[in-house]
Amino acid sequence: MAPTLEVRGLRTHFFTKAGVLKAVDDVSFSIEKGKVLGLVGESGSGKSVTGFSVLGLVDPPGRVVDGEIIFQGRNLTGLSEEEWRKIRGRDIAMVFQDPMMTLNPVLRIDTQMIETVLAHEKVSEQAARARAREALTQVGIPSPDERLKAYPHQFSGGMRQRVAIAIALLHRPALIIADEPTTALDVTIQGQILYEVQKLCRDTGTSLIWITHDLSVVAGLADEICVMYAGRIVERGPVDAVLDEPLHPYTRGLIGSVPSRNVRGHKLMQIPGMTPSLLNLPPGCAFRTRCPRADDDCLVEPAITEPKPGREVRCYHPHLLDTVA
Amino acid sequence: MADTQGIRQQASVAALADAADGSRTPMIRLRGISKQFRKTLDFAGRLAQRLGANVRDEIVHAVDNVDLDVFQGEVVGLVGESGCGKSTLGRMVAGIMPPSSGTIEWKGRNIATLPAAEAKAAKLAVQMIFQDPYASLNPRMRVKDIIGEAPVVHGMVPSAKLDTYLDAQMRRAGLDPAFKRRYPHQFSGGQRQRIGIARALAVQPEFIVCDEAVAALDVSIQAQILNLFMDLRSELNLTYLFISHDLGVVEHLSDRVVIMYLGRVVEAAPAEDVFASANHPYTQALLSEVPRISGRKRAFSGVKGEIPSPLNPPPGCHFHPRCPHAMPICREVAPALKEIAPGRISACHLNDQA
Repeated sequence: MAPTLEVRGLRTHFFTKAGVLKAVDDVSFSIEKGKVLGLVGESGSGKSVTGFSVLGLVDPPGRVVDGEIIFQGRNLTGLSEEEWRKIRGRDIAMVFQDPMMTLNPVLRIDTQMIETVLAHEKVSEQAARARAREALTQVGIPSPDERLKAYPHQFSGGMRQRVAIAIALLHRPALIIADEPTTALDVTIQGQILYEVQKLCRDTGTSLIWITHDLSVVAGLADEICVMYAGRIVERGPVDAVLDEPLHPYTRGLIGSVPSRNVRGHKLMQIPGMTPSLLNLPPGCAFRTRCPRADDDCLVEPAITEPKPGREVRCYHPHLLDTVA
Repeated sequence: MADTQGIRQQASVAALADAADGSRTPMIRLRGISKQFRKTLDFAGRLAQRLGANVRDEIVHAVDNVDLDVFQGEVVGLVGESGCGKSTLGRMVAGIMPPSSGTIEWKGRNIATLPAAEAKAAKLAVQMIFQDPYASLNPRMRVKDIIGEAPVVHGMVPSAKLDTYLDAQMRRAGLDPAFKRRYPHQFSGGQRQRIGIARALAVQPEFIVCDEAVAALDVSIQAQILNLFMDLRSELNLTYLFISHDLGVVEHLSDRVVIMYLGRVVEAAPAEDVFASANHPYTQALLSEVPRISGRKRAFSGVKGEIPSPLNPPPGCHFHPRCPHAMPICREVAPALKEIAPGRISACHLNDQA
C-alpha cells in the first residue's frame, strides 16, 4: 500500500541577513495510513519547520528549496497558493502547541467550526453545525450543544486544545500534523488528549505526525520515530527498536537524559555542550562536537545508512551490538 | 469545621515528624500555612452590591492549611498540577510572600518574631531558583552584577575580592568566567538557568527552593542542570524544596515527595513508597498518566474531568468529582491527613474504611 505521505530530501532554508539558515536539510520519511510518526528533537532541530513545510506554511525569508512532498501519490511542492488552500484543513490538518493560534478569540466556537466546514464543502449550515457537534463529541467534550455557543476564553487550556483537535478533524483529513499539542498541558489533561488522539487514529485511519521534544510521550503513542538534530534526521526506525537499541549517539544521549526509574538518585547521562547555532554549524556531522564517538571520519557529513533492516541512521559509528563485542 | 480539621491535621503531622525524627529540629517547619488572594470589588461592583446584587469579593485559597517539615540535607519534591498552590507555597518558604496565616519556623524559631538581624540572615539562607530563565534575570544587568550584587550588599565579600569570588561562583555553576561582562540575552536557556543558580548560590544559602527550575529546558540541557543540582547538593550540603509538575524529575531527585491538589496536601511520603504504591487516588491517577519511555504503545486513559477552579473548589474532598472511588462522605467532609504507614501520610476517606 502506498504511504499516505512520503517526504524525500526535503530542504527548507531561511535566507536571513546573517546568512542561509538550513532549518531542514535533507529530511526524508514516510507514513502509512493510520500510523503515528513521532518527530522528536530539541529546540532548533527543525522539527516544527518540517511540519510547516509539509503544509506549505513556510513564510519568507524561508523557502522549501529542494525535495518532494508526496501526499497520496501527488507531489505537493510547487503548488499554487490556491491549490494549497484546498488541501490544508481538508486533506492535511495541523494542531498547534498553543490552541489560541488556531482559535479566533472574538468568534464563537460554532462560527469558527461552521466556517471551516463550509470552506471546503457545499453543505447547509445545519449540516455543518451537526458536523461540528459530532467532532466535539468525538474529542470528548461534554454537552457539545452548549459548548458550541461559547467563546474560546470560556474554555480551559485542555478544552481549547480539544476544540483545536476537533476543528482539525472536521473534514476527516488523511493526515494530521500535531506540533507539541500537549506540551503546555498538565499531566492528567495530557493523558486525556493522548487517549482521544489514539482512539481517533485507530477508528478513522487518520495518519498522525506527532512533533515533540518529549521522548516519553512518543514512546506511548508512536509506531515509528524520527530523531532530528540540527535540521537533519539522525535516526529513524520503529519505536521499540529506536528506544531499546538506539544506534545514534545523540539518540542514546537523549534517552539517557530522561530521568527514569532505574537511575534514581544517580547522575543522569548527559550530552555535553549545547545545540550549535544553525547559522554556524560545525562542518561534517553537526553532532560531532558533542559526541563521545567522534573522530576524523566525522569531519565529512555522514550519509544515511541502513545498518539493520528497517533502521536508518546518519552516523559513521553507530552503536551496533556486534561492533561492541 | 475547617478549624477542627486543621487542628487534627496539625496534630497528626506533628506526631509524624516526631516519629520520623524526634531529636532533630527541621530546617524549615510550616504549620497551618494558608494563603488567600482576594480580589476586592471595584466601584461598579460595590454599587451593585449596595443595590442588592449578589456579588462578593472573590477569594482564592491558593494554599489551604499546609504543614510541612524539611530536614537538613533533604530533597523534598513538591508535586502538583497548575493551580494547586505549589509555587505560592514555595514563595512563602523563600520569604518572598508572607502567609495569610500560619507560622514558618527556621531551625526551630518562628521567623515572624525573630529580631531583625536574625530574620535577615534566615531570609538570606533561603534562596530561590525560578522557572523562567528569561524573565528572572534583569536584561539590563551584566552577569557579573546579577551574580555579584547581593554578596557585596550583604557584606559577604569585600568589593576588592569580588572578582575572584565571582569567578569561583560562575565556575561552580558551570559557566565560563570569561563571559561575566555579558548580558543575559547573550546566553542560551540552559546557561541562563546556570546564571540563576549562580546568583542564588552566591549568598551562600543553606536552603534552595527550586520552582520548576528545569521545566523550560530541553531534555539534554535539563539533564545537565539536574546533575548540577545533585553535585551542588553533596558539595555544599544543600537542602532543596524542589517544586515541579514533572514526576519523572521529582522521582529522580527527591528523598521525600509531597503531593498537592487545589491548595491542600493530599499525600506525603518517602519517594520510593510514593512511586511504588501511591495511596491517594489522585497520586495514583497522576502516576498512571506519567508518560515513560518504557511504556510503549500503551492505552492512555486519562483521569476524567478537569481541575476545578480554586475560586470555587468542590466541598469535602477537593478531588471527589474526579475520583473513581468517591463515596457520599467525600462530598461533605474533607478528609484529614492521617498516618497510613511510618513516615507516610495521606488524606483519603478510603483509609478509614479498612
